[in-house]
Amino acid sequence: MNVRRAVGPGGVVLVGLVLVAAFAPALAPHDVGGLDLLRRLAPPAWSAGGSWAHPCGTDPLGRDVLSRVIYGARTSLAIAGAAMLVAAALGIFLGLLSGYAGSWPDALIMRVADIQLSFPYLLLAIAVMALLKPSLTNLMIVLVLRSWVVYARLVRVVTLSAREREFVTAARAMGGGAARILFRHIAPNVVGASIIVSSFQLAELIIVESSLSFLGLGVQPPTPSWGGMVSEGRAYVGSAWWLSAFPGLSIVLAVLGANLTGDALRRALDPRLRGV
Amino acid sequence: MRRYVIGRLVQAALALLGVTCVAFLLVSLSGDPAFILLTPEAGESQRAAFREMYGLDRPLAVQYASYVGHVARGDFGRSFAFDRPALTVVLERVPATLELAVAAVVLAIAFGVPAGIAAAIRPGSWLDRAVMTIVLLGQSVPTFWLGLLMIRILAVDLRWLPVSGRGTWGQLVMPATALALWLAALLARITRSEMLESMAQDYVRTARAKGLPERGVTIRHAMANALLPIVTLIGLQIGTLLGGAVITETVFAWPGLGTLVFDAILRKDYPVVLAVVELVAAGFIVINMSLDLLYGYLDPRLRRATA
Repeated sequence: MNVRRAVGPGGVVLVGLVLVAAFAPALAPHDVGGLDLLRRLAPPAWSAGGSWAHPCGTDPLGRDVLSRVIYGARTSLAIAGAAMLVAAALGIFLGLLSGYAGSWPDALIMRVADIQLSFPYLLLAIAVMALLKPSLTNLMIVLVLRSWVVYARLVRVVTLSAREREFVTAARAMGGGAARILFRHIAPNVVGASIIVSSFQLAELIIVESSLSFLGLGVQPPTPSWGGMVSEGRAYVGSAWWLSAFPGLSIVLAVLGANLTGDALRRALDPRLRGV
Repeated sequence: MRRYVIGRLVQAALALLGVTCVAFLLVSLSGDPAFILLTPEAGESQRAAFREMYGLDRPLAVQYASYVGHVARGDFGRSFAFDRPALTVVLERVPATLELAVAAVVLAIAFGVPAGIAAAIRPGSWLDRAVMTIVLLGQSVPTFWLGLLMIRILAVDLRWLPVSGRGTWGQLVMPATALALWLAALLARITRSEMLESMAQDYVRTARAKGLPERGVTIRHAMANALLPIVTLIGLQIGTLLGGAVITETVFAWPGLGTLVFDAILRKDYPVVLAVVELVAAGFIVINMSLDLLYGYLDPRLRRATA
């Protein structure tokens, strides 16, 4: 597998953003909560009235926009990344179970997935967050709820076909138990597809988290999150464009990076798509 | 055919009942409206009177059964916030959301499908690469930010379009575009890959071998067969579209179902929340059933199978 092609420009963007998030305290020019009341709503450095003390300007409280965007990377990427991992673990497990066990567990898991997919997700997310109070735990639950179905359906299909293959029959003939067959022989077959799906899911979850935060139902202020910052800048869209422009651009960059990584991984891991 | 339709209707009714049950549980988990809606000065006797008035003092199962019974007769209860029948409050907002959603779907089909076909005709060309770049961007820009960007550039700086509200054609342009972009990108992507697949089929080669003009081959032979998955996709995305409508309507102050249900959830106006949920779920089911029937029209092979 060609590593450079597998990672691609999207991977570089993603890794860059993760590094920014990891080293936020060292990179941010100002304290996230620090107020500079004399320089409220200062424009970015390159426009008239701006200064390099605040390269991306300041918000109505005089907080440095660049520092908040950098710390926002922490919030947004950590939440989306953690939700993706939990959803992948849950979805892959249920998919394996569903595909291997068949009969009633399969029927039950797939019906739950169908019902969930037949309902407008964002409406459900809004309702859950608003009715159960926005908190980090509830946010994670809502995001995992969005994502597990995708893994479960994919893994189930792969498991169904792997179950009938000779190496599984051989393992069973040698007296391998269900758990051993599932995790040693079948699970490795779903790894590639799951990794590809994961990068697209990361993109999706970053958008969902920022949408909820934009509506005031996700990450709560004063914790900086990209969606929340765009929302705070909404009232100033006519006067102080930089308040929503920079966090918004960061969302686009992160989602683009994840989508590009997904495309590149698909090309590298799926032989049928090589050269497309 | 008749048995098939009846089967689908029973399934639809069960799905609606399930959705009602989940929504009802969620709503009841969120707290006592008598504490949220009445002023803090209200005494316990006033709260009790409020609960009695709306039937909130009965056990949950009884409340649910009575709610389902009333809904079956078209009675969705009274809105706490507007003190009018919840159904009336909700139905008033339906045209606005329908207008927005239809405009967005039409825009997305008008741009996404031709773009996907154009890209598939010459894979690897500059046109293909340009379309795929726009598709990637379109899928990476969050709707709410796109909306703000358009407001800033098209309404504030250039003054071409009004910032928000509903009534004129100009006011429809930005919300419909914001809602459509993501769907257009998805449609272009799927159309492209479906077209590439169907252009590689034997019947396309046969049509070409017969000496048919390339244009006819693309439209009559390749596209006709790529349509089915595209229609399926549009049907599957209706739910996402409704979610997107909540955000788009919030950004552009569009007086539709999205803003109504968002406000109702925050105000704990349960009858309105539940009425919207019922209506949306019913609409969703009806749309998907009609799409199933549309398949028969698009693919004659399926017509024989179900008849």
